Amino acid sequence: MTEPVDATQEQGTSLWQDAWWRLRRNTLAVLSACLLLVMALACIAGPWLSPYGYEEQNLLLGAAPPSAVHWLGTDGFGRDLLTRILYGGRISLMVGLIATGVALCIGVTWGAVAGYCGGRIDAVLMRIVDILYALPFMIFVVLLMVVFGRNLLLLFFALGAVEWLTMARIMRGQVQALTQQEFVEAALSLGLSQRVILFRHLVPNALGPLIVYTTLTIPSVMLLEAFISFIGLGIQPPQSSWGSLIADGVETMEEYPWLLIYPGLALSVTLFALNFLGDGLRDALDVRAAKD
Amino acid sequence: MWRFIASRLLQAVPVLITVVTLTFFLVRFAPGGPFDGEKTVLPEVKRALEAQYRLDQPLWSQYLSYWGDLLHGDFGPSFRYPGRSVNELIAAGLPATTELAFYALLVAVVVGMGAGLAAALRPNSWRDYLPMALAMIGICMPTLLLGPLLVLVFGIELEWLPVSGWGDLPGDKILPSLTLGAAYAAYVARLTRGGMLEVLSQDYIRTARAKGLPEAVIIGKHALRGGVIPVVAFLGPAFAGLLCGSFVVETVFQIPGLGRLFVQAAFNRDYTMILGSTVFFAVLIVVFNLASDLLAAWLNPRVRGALRGQS
Amino acid sequence: MTLLDVRQLRVSFHTRNGVVQAVDDVSFAVSQGRTLGIVGESGSGKSVCCYALLGLIPMPPGRLDGGQALFDGRNLLTLPPAELRRVRGNEIAMIFQDPMTCLNPFLTVGEQMMEPLLYHRGASRLQARERALALLEEVGIREPQRSIDAYPHQFSGGMRQRVMIAMALIAEPRLLIADEPTTALDVTVQQQILQLIADLRERRNLALIFISHDLGVVSALADDVLVMQRGRAVEQGPATQLFAAPRSDYTRQLLAAIPRGAKTAPSLAQPQALLEVRGLTVEFRSQQGTLRAVDDVSFDLQRGEVLGLVGESGSGKSSLGRSLLGLVRAGGSVRYAGEELLGKSSAQWRPWRRRMQMIFQDPYASLNPRMTIFDTLAEPLLWHGLADRSTVERSVLALMDDVGLARAHVRKYPHEFSGGQRQRIAIGRALATKPEFVVADEPVSALDVTIQKQILELLQQLVARHGLSMLFISHDLAVVRSLCDRVLVLRRGRLVEQAATERLWAAPEADYTRQLLAAAAPAL
Repeated sequence: MTEPVDATQEQGTSLWQDAWWRLRRNTLAVLSACLLLVMALACIAGPWLSPYGYEEQNLLLGAAPPSAVHWLGTDGFGRDLLTRILYGGRISLMVGLIATGVALCIGVTWGAVAGYCGGRIDAVLMRIVDILYALPFMIFVVLLMVVFGRNLLLLFFALGAVEWLTMARIMRGQVQALTQQEFVEAALSLGLSQRVILFRHLVPNALGPLIVYTTLTIPSVMLLEAFISFIGLGIQPPQSSWGSLIADGVETMEEYPWLLIYPGLALSVTLFALNFLGDGLRDALDVRAAKD
Repeated sequence: MWRFIASRLLQAVPVLITVVTLTFFLVRFAPGGPFDGEKTVLPEVKRALEAQYRLDQPLWSQYLSYWGDLLHGDFGPSFRYPGRSVNELIAAGLPATTELAFYALLVAVVVGMGAGLAAALRPNSWRDYLPMALAMIGICMPTLLLGPLLVLVFGIELEWLPVSGWGDLPGDKILPSLTLGAAYAAYVARLTRGGMLEVLSQDYIRTARAKGLPEAVIIGKHALRGGVIPVVAFLGPAFAGLLCGSFVVETVFQIPGLGRLFVQAAFNRDYTMILGSTVFFAVLIVVFNLASDLLAAWLNPRVRGALRGQS
Repeated sequence: MTLLDVRQLRVSFHTRNGVVQAVDDVSFAVSQGRTLGIVGESGSGKSVCCYALLGLIPMPPGRLDGGQALFDGRNLLTLPPAELRRVRGNEIAMIFQDPMTCLNPFLTVGEQMMEPLLYHRGASRLQARERALALLEEVGIREPQRSIDAYPHQFSGGMRQRVMIAMALIAEPRLLIADEPTTALDVTVQQQILQLIADLRERRNLALIFISHDLGVVSALADDVLVMQRGRAVEQGPATQLFAAPRSDYTRQLLAAIPRGAKTAPSLAQPQALLEVRGLTVEFRSQQGTLRAVDDVSFDLQRGEVLGLVGESGSGKSSLGRSLLGLVRAGGSVRYAGEELLGKSSAQWRPWRRRMQMIFQDPYASLNPRMTIFDTLAEPLLWHGLADRSTVERSVLALMDDVGLARAHVRKYPHEFSGGQRQRIAIGRALATKPEFVVADEPVSALDVTIQKQILELLQQLVARHGLSMLFISHDLAVVRSLCDRVLVLRRGRLVEQAATERLWAAPEADYTRQLLAAAAPAL
């Protein structure tokens, strides 16, 4: 629909524009988004720009406090902490994004099918989700890592598998609520095909909560990864993630507190930013707020 | 009521079957047998050991006999600690973990609900912003970071509290309980605030105001009940989270509990122990979920009425 | 003697989007034994001015800008909170619109009723319970002994409103404020509740403020009337005088908007059945069992006819309408222009979709909030091949002219329109495919009276202009009478009566129809 628009026609504001406008006025959320961007860029580019390798040891130096040469100090093997944090950040962020992606794919498909089909299919699918919900999933992730060894790919998948359940529930709730809306009935009575109804009427309206929940899932996945790495089952040395760096830092925190504090700061600040951004998005995308 | 409990217990059956089956086969398919790590075991000895642990039998028969033992409440012998049964190990670790989880839950509920209530009663004032900012910190500060930091500040720098142990020194239970409870206190605070604000905006609160009831009665009698239901429903999942959190806390504070036992078993590939404690955790979680569901249902007269009608 | 004297009341709301003057310089008075009716459409500030008296407006965002409210010599607006609290529920009591949400679902009705006595009068629980039982009896609750320990959800809507009234009166207040107390109820129940309020007022010599959007209801009850529009008092005076000779334009508009009289247009000369419905049955299965929403209903609809379908909530009228369009699974037979529709697959349905359309009740829910008006109206045109990319804009604009929407709005989104405009958009979408048959499901019941009138007129014009046949579903008998040629009366899924509109009004055959008509008879 790209006809020339009459000069007399007033342009409307879509709900997306409205949400975008509200989000931009939320200082905390904007700051969080900027911070995340900076953090992500630093983690991607940092290890290349750094004069040190993440596994480059300097045993003569040993653990040194922050200085002009090593901005955040070095660890017991004389490895540059900043480089290791940035490198670990890559892995932590990657785990967060990929595992969330996995959860998103499974959860959305599962929930949408259950919500849209309804009836017996819905009952069976959601029954399975209920059963899986009651499983001590974290223990299974630990178990998987023990049994199959520390495998990064497996970790993505395992963490994604923990989070998809909630995703599926949210998606199903959304689709179910939307299919009962009168505008979907109107679309049905216009004789539109299922595909058109799905992609023009259901998906755009279900997207908001999904975006919000996805943003809030990333920090919880990163937390899980840190947990797994902390008890020594995630990332294998000399690779690092923020969780494993904290675990290393804990062992020597009395003598070399910076080894605990800086990785901890990196993790906490990122989690903060993600949560604030998620909250901001929730406020901005809330359709009810748009009505008032 | 009884039918509700019975039906929820029935729902737990497939969960437990899945847990046992999944864990059993996962553990059996793990590369490397349990005795591979030992220095050099004579073939005869190995065979004898395998016979003792029924490893020489076909898989399905091992699986069935495991079920047989399980139904008698027997988790079998430990691979790693010869002569000790998994039951004994769990029994040894259980008291510390139960106590830790209980105190942590107490911290979560008392601190969390207090902060959430304070915030909900004065929304958009400092009494709202301060607890909610703290809650945000609680959510973003993972247990694995908070624990060491608390140790560093209160244990090592200020030397106020002991840094490890459980029940050995006065006050050594404070830091672990706070560490484990903090994140959940934060969640509970947010849930309480959300629940209370939702309830306080309801029409029936306006009715109570129109009746001229004192504010304390409005909050305590009319609002609290509805506002607390989401918190109660959260306690089940929170308990499951606490158990996993105890892995970290027990490691950091060197507490001889189930969590540390499980992590050690995972490292040592003590398969019967892994299997046993996983099943045990699953049962605990199922029971706790059931309890919190029941309590939440009981608080809601509409559901309660429906339940009574069934029985 | 004047009990409450409100002078120059001003209330505003300060939100991020600006300041709204909700009540602007409004004065009124009410004496013992008299009733003041406050009438206005949504957003007129009629509720706000009463809530402000009792300090029930959350501040912020609300703000009291001035005025005074003398109740028995005391100015309510400057009373300290603790003293104002002693007035509330004790000397001035309120009842609200929706008894479902206004009673606490977590407490028994007895507990809630006893509270005013416990906290204002220092009564013992035993005394309070005695009083509560007596009042339940008085407001007509059966088996008070059993009901007093029941929870609100165990009562029907009408019974809940009776409990609400008993609760308001338990401390024997001198002034009762009723905020739309019958709006959420079915007509027959509405009639009973109004009667109850009138009786209680007589018996107790109460001063009553009755807030409503419904002029008919107010005229039945009020001695004096205050008409409000956008926060201002437009007109006030004795009820008889105000209704007989309204002075302001707005009051005249309101009175004119009440649908009355019968359809004037002459009916068709040669009846020809467009729709033949035989033994239509709709069932919903749930865990509680099977609910038969529509039970063996048969009727014909003639070409060019507007057929009314009347029933109270839960009568199955919406399910019936939806089943004709295949939106709900149904049993029986529906023949449309001689072709059996039930049992068609969705692919077989498609060619018929063009010829039959639906207009929904809630204009907020029936438009996709993420599509512009252009997209909403273009979708059916393009899908059914009634326009192509080059002609679609012209067709859409023509459609907008047809339903009375300004062309300039074509690129806007639904949330930027008022309820009435949205309903025009929804009507435009239904008419886009040039259907011959339209099901209109309560298309005006979510709208204010003046808007309701405009939409009804629009529908009438469209029916005439396009030769539409229509099934018009409504709970409002006056609306049905003004629009329909023939009427079906539905009760609990069964067809109670069908007759030509004027015959039905003149000589209803079924008892239920008579009850409905009696309850809906306008007092004006």
